[in-house]
Amino acid sequence: MTAITTRAVGSSPTRIEGTAKVTGAARYSTEQDHLGDVAYLWPVPATIAKGRVEAVDSDAVAGLPGVLAVLTPDNAPRLETPDDAELAVLQDHEVSYRGQFVAAVVATSLETAREAAASLHITYAEVPHDSELTENHPKLSKPEKVNPAFPTDTEDGDVDAALAAAAVTVDATYRTPPVHNNPMEPHASLAVWLGHELTLYDSLQGAFAAQQALAKLFALPPASVHVINEHVGGGFGSKGTVRLGAVLAAMAAREVGRPVKVVLGRQHMFTVVGYRTPTIQRVRLGADADGQLTAIEHAAIEQTSTVLEFAEQTTVATRIMYAAGSRRTSHRLAALDVPTPRWMRAPGECPGMFALESAMDELAVATGVDPVEIRIRNEPDVEPESGKPFSSRNLVACLREGAERFGWAARDPRPGVRRDGRWLVGTGVAASTYPSYVGPSTASAAAEPGGGFVVRISAADIGTGARTVLTQIAADALRVRVEEVRVEIGDSSFGQAALAGGSMGTASWGWAVTRAGERLRAALDEHGGDGRLEVHVDTAEEVKARTGFAYHAFGAQYAEARVDLDTGEVRVPRLLGVFGVGRIVNPRTARSQLIGGMTMGLSMALHEEGVLDPAFGDYVNHDFAGYHVAAAADVADIDAVWVDEQDEHVNPLGVKGIGEIGIVGTAAAVANAVFHATGVRVRDLPIRLDKLLGGLPG
Amino acid sequence: MQLSVNGQSRDLELDNRTTLLDALREHLGLIGSKKGCDHGQCGACTVLLDGRRTNACLVLAVTCAGREVATIEGLAGPDGLHPVQQAFVEHDGFQCGYCTPGQIMSAVGMLEEFERGWPSAVTGEVQPAGLTAPEIRERMSGNLCRCGAYVGILAALTDVASRS
Repeated sequence: MTAITTRAVGSSPTRIEGTAKVTGAARYSTEQDHLGDVAYLWPVPATIAKGRVEAVDSDAVAGLPGVLAVLTPDNAPRLETPDDAELAVLQDHEVSYRGQFVAAVVATSLETAREAAASLHITYAEVPHDSELTENHPKLSKPEKVNPAFPTDTEDGDVDAALAAAAVTVDATYRTPPVHNNPMEPHASLAVWLGHELTLYDSLQGAFAAQQALAKLFALPPASVHVINEHVGGGFGSKGTVRLGAVLAAMAAREVGRPVKVVLGRQHMFTVVGYRTPTIQRVRLGADADGQLTAIEHAAIEQTSTVLEFAEQTTVATRIMYAAGSRRTSHRLAALDVPTPRWMRAPGECPGMFALESAMDELAVATGVDPVEIRIRNEPDVEPESGKPFSSRNLVACLREGAERFGWAARDPRPGVRRDGRWLVGTGVAASTYPSYVGPSTASAAAEPGGGFVVRISAADIGTGARTVLTQIAADALRVRVEEVRVEIGDSSFGQAALAGGSMGTASWGWAVTRAGERLRAALDEHGGDGRLEVHVDTAEEVKARTGFAYHAFGAQYAEARVDLDTGEVRVPRLLGVFGVGRIVNPRTARSQLIGGMTMGLSMALHEEGVLDPAFGDYVNHDFAGYHVAAAADVADIDAVWVDEQDEHVNPLGVKGIGEIGIVGTAAAVANAVFHATGVRVRDLPIRLDKLLGGLPG
Repeated sequence: MQLSVNGQSRDLELDNRTTLLDALREHLGLIGSKKGCDHGQCGACTVLLDGRRTNACLVLAVTCAGREVATIEGLAGPDGLHPVQQAFVEHDGFQCGYCTPGQIMSAVGMLEEFERGWPSAVTGEVQPAGLTAPEIRERMSGNLCRCGAYVGILAALTDVASRS
């Protein structure tokens, strides 16, 4: 056995599946070639926003050559009642939002399925709909909790009295639009039945959770459902739990007696798989003349559908960010006739911190205190709301490191006074935070007969580098070189494991992989390697025992913005993120992931907006021509670094999640830089030129 | 019909509505070309058609008889990865990898276009002075990456350009 001293964790191997991905050999979800005659399903979206399906004229298309089945609310197989009401597809005649799937055609070719679906005539009984979120919407109410289980409202101290007595106050309303996840791989499902056994090849972020949900829907023992997600083409939350494409594939495959592929079209991705809710957020800050906060109030208004209640936790970051004498946070929700919003990269923290960090910039301007200094001045000793100590918190170190690297010291605070030719130039800063979650997971490790080791865990690599970092972690636990370890992921048969969500993959899976590796190492040391040893571990008890601290990652984003004096065009030539995110397992993939989050944040700041037409209740710009996501030409110099952070409380590896924190402060940093450049404060994203023109200095 | 892909002639019987992309993915088992939008808006399906980069989702397969299609599967040679593929791995020019075959095929086509002296929207003079960062960003903007790997892609292509 090779005992080595160099630790794999902390080194930067290239991605294990790198060659497979750059040669086109990596098979994603439905790209399987061993299943024989596959049929194709194409869904039919509702063309009304609210009402009922009266009749589906199946006969006209059922006779077309190649059509195998037309699934409708009248004939679709009945499912067990799901926990997630969006999965009850074709189970009744109600239409709850425009674009909801109301029928589907299965055919021997994709072309036939699409044509038949397009020509399927459906009669509706339409009733008036209400799809527009407003500040005073009569349907606004208080949800019981916000995602996943945070209190809806909190209050600490006398906010109203503190605001009334404050030397300086900020009172502003910020708006963020609907934003759509849009992973490059659309949701894709391939279902195969063998008797009463279902195999699903899918693009989901968690095979085990999908297995459990599908077993329940189809009334099968979980062992009869096998979910495989070997490679996943991005998700950003939209593939977190099983989606309706998988249900349709399984339903149709059983109906037509052959494997069925369901690959959603890009237009479907704007409705049925979730998106980030629009928000209207009022922030009120009270401070003394030196910028010391005495009151923080953060009230969020957001939407959900009538299908199910998803209440985004928009103001929870405000509960932990800054010290203040008093604090009040709340969420109000309107259930509208709109597609159901779900998780998108840093749900809650991302839109919430746009508001809070914009307001902190406004406070800095109002008090004349430097924006970096005002955040340092309000640094809390303990988590403000709970009073718990932080397992580690390095926001101040991140702010200082970023200021040094970015060249913040020479900054002139006056807005709208720097010109470079026809460009106005400014800089901005914002803080970031994201919780350091961990979920229980199981894993196995075995010595292979031919030498080397195999570690199995139902993890998913959605582009994070999970396969690579778990191999590094396993190698260290086994005390061998990474070349001797093969980590297998993406398979529900490997047992329960956390989702690739909530930035908890590496923390959760790495914990289980560490324990599996350690236990196998101990067994081998005790028994010697006979080539047949295999161990199984479950971290549930250990994970439950993690208490006593507040577990969060922190960071600071610095942005430079240039705004064209004549056109209002915004460019962001520099973005720097400095993060305190625990131990970094693989600097190469970690840097990419943080930069990727910041890139999506830049896209949110400048480009992304789902435009809902209230007359039709539909997102009208539902493709990549009408909904712009940042392209190469939009992205200039973006870099991410981290401060040294050792956290012995957060988990055995000392890692914090890095998938989401990169996006969190970016939009506010850009908006603050645009204000510094122009003197125009944009409080509703995205920052388009029409919001700047008219306010630019002459 | 016959379709020539990566130098090999393949016999196919296709629906006349079948796109080149679906012919590759669903009929020839060449799943390296990806379907991201099916509307020519994301670039994930980029192939070289008679040497020019093309969105395979916007081309009907029946129009490709007698033309040469090059896909990601044919890019690596007997000696290993193409320099662009190698640079993507080394500079971490991808995360989920779904846009990657399209990015790489697009880059190979782009480098060829640059060699021929074709200007881009950011070229100040008629002849581009060099494959600078703004030139690469502009010329690669038909290929979307939602993971945000543009920084790594730029580093990879700058590296390739500096070696050639």
